[in-house]
Amino acid sequence: MLPKQRILTEAKSKLKSVRHKLTDLAEQNTGLLVLCRKELADHLNSKRFVIIVILVALTGLASIYAAANGIRAATQDQKTDFVFLYLFTAGGKSVPPFISFIALLGPLVSLALSFDAICGERSRRTLSKLLAQPIYRDAVINGKFLAVVIVSALMLVSLGALVGGLGLLLTGIPPSAEELVRILAFLFLTTVYMALWSALAIFFSVCFRQAATSALAGMAVWLFFSVFAQLLVGLVADAIFPLTDQAAAQIVFRNQQLRQFLGWLSPTTLYSEAVIAILNPSIRILGPVMMEQIEGAIAGPLPLGQSLLLIWPHFTGLIAGALLCFAGSYVLFMRQEIRAD
Amino acid sequence: MIIKTSNLTKRYDTQAAVNNLNLEIRAGEIFGLLGPNGAGKTTTILMLLGLTEPSEGSATIAGYNPTTEPLEVKRIVGYLPDSVGFYEDLTGRENLRYTARLNNLPPAKGEQRIDYLLQRVGLTKVQDQPVGTYSRGMRQRLGIADALVKDPTIVILDEPTLGIDPEGTREVLAVIRQLAQQDGRTVLLSSHLLHQMQEICDRVGIFVRGKLLACGAIDTLGDQVLAHEPQQIEIRAQPVDRRQVELIAAIAGVETVERDQDGLIVTASRDVRAELSKTLIEANYSLVHLRQRGRELDDIYRRYFARQEVS
Repeated sequence: MLPKQRILTEAKSKLKSVRHKLTDLAEQNTGLLVLCRKELADHLNSKRFVIIVILVALTGLASIYAAANGIRAATQDQKTDFVFLYLFTAGGKSVPPFISFIALLGPLVSLALSFDAICGERSRRTLSKLLAQPIYRDAVINGKFLAVVIVSALMLVSLGALVGGLGLLLTGIPPSAEELVRILAFLFLTTVYMALWSALAIFFSVCFRQAATSALAGMAVWLFFSVFAQLLVGLVADAIFPLTDQAAAQIVFRNQQLRQFLGWLSPTTLYSEAVIAILNPSIRILGPVMMEQIEGAIAGPLPLGQSLLLIWPHFTGLIAGALLCFAGSYVLFMRQEIRAD
Repeated sequence: MIIKTSNLTKRYDTQAAVNNLNLEIRAGEIFGLLGPNGAGKTTTILMLLGLTEPSEGSATIAGYNPTTEPLEVKRIVGYLPDSVGFYEDLTGRENLRYTARLNNLPPAKGEQRIDYLLQRVGLTKVQDQPVGTYSRGMRQRLGIADALVKDPTIVILDEPTLGIDPEGTREVLAVIRQLAQQDGRTVLLSSHLLHQMQEICDRVGIFVRGKLLACGAIDTLGDQVLAHEPQQIEIRAQPVDRRQVELIAAIAGVETVERDQDGLIVTASRDVRAELSKTLIEANYSLVHLRQRGRELDDIYRRYFARQEVS
């Protein structure tokens, strides 16, 4: 046999085995794929989804319009190379920036899409029928989760494209390659953040039998993290390291450090810090900075790789949070009794 | 034995919903779990399907253990839950299609099977209407079709006739009978409706407070349950006189003879009906009525279930 032929046949057999493995994998996950497909269709056809899209699109457009109007003044003030990113991070006079809207609405969207994932099946009395089919129980959770993640990713990417396109029209400044990558990273980060909230909502939907209770629990956590957590963090930090007029520099520093540490326990803080770092190349460090640290530093934007490195812990933190919610759902759901009533 | 449970027990807190259940179901028969609400029928079914774990004991379905091998069990068991639910916005056909996909049926084969099943349960005409518009009877029949999508060897139906009108009930029962007789499937159904069970089941297990009171063919159940209690026999023979009472009292096993309106009531420690009628006829009495009291399933049912309902 000629060497060329041998290589060809070897490659063919390799390809075959890969294809076999893929079909095996698909077969093992039939339940997951079928479930995910149905959930996806359900979400995209639901009125709930239409309402959410309208809400998010309107607020997004409003903020982008405000940002585009104020962009001239902003760029003149700050002298930045990354004008396009400004569309996302700058707000108007009375309208907060796009990223704040997403940080606020993203979790709400995830909650709205998955608060009744399991308890909805329960109250429709379809859960016992579903679990009497030859599928693993975790396929139900995974399939539903995957569908929500796909829907949020779809929504975010189209929203990002819409906002970018509109910004292009309004300002006439095309994005650079780095800006594009940064925006994509931002969208990816947001998808992960939304996935975390959807994992939490699924956890509550396993916990509670009533969809309303599950929705309420999700909203409570959302409100806590987006409003009260910061107040609480400040309160605790000030109690341990009181900031008086005569407070030593060390105490002030410790206070700041504690604030930051406690803040990192909240996914909302993790996400907002990461977004600011990725969309603002001029941010070099998160948290309190000592004079020695900036001494001799050259003022200038951080390269993309360094920005990504800066937010890596935040990213891992978000994923860890999602995994925690998942673990909780699994433990609860795997051994739960599935009764029709 | 296609289904077998040994000392199957399920406790909630301290109360036992199912208590030391030993059940054997043969392949190809229709077995009925008969009992009042809350007797543990549904819990038993859930344990057989691996939808809840037994506290003690074990079950085997076609050689598989539902707790440790749930997928194998679910591949061969079709299940119609108690008051089944559907995705209301989807049509009947789409609901069945979803089940077919979950069972990994190839699309073409799945559609064929759905066509066949819809026709079998008589829903072909309404297959493209959303399930939200279906009546209860139609839903129940769709539920049976749904349980049959995977072509199961065992079908478990939990209260299949609950809440449907007599005509719907008749249709559902006809379908269930076909499952065993035509297709040779094993059917396990639960119900609290005695007469329906009497009509279609080969064997019945009477279930009260988590315990299996009696189990067997319908006509043998009475003796099983009441074997240790004295029997009462109503008898009416003409002419009614003192000699008749004496003749009856002389039969071995007879304990008391009482007068009741126009007949007698005989209490005996064993079944004395044959001797009674022989004795009376030989003594030239004309026997008008002879009935054993309390041995029909109705009586047993009333007796045990009424007591259950009160407490």
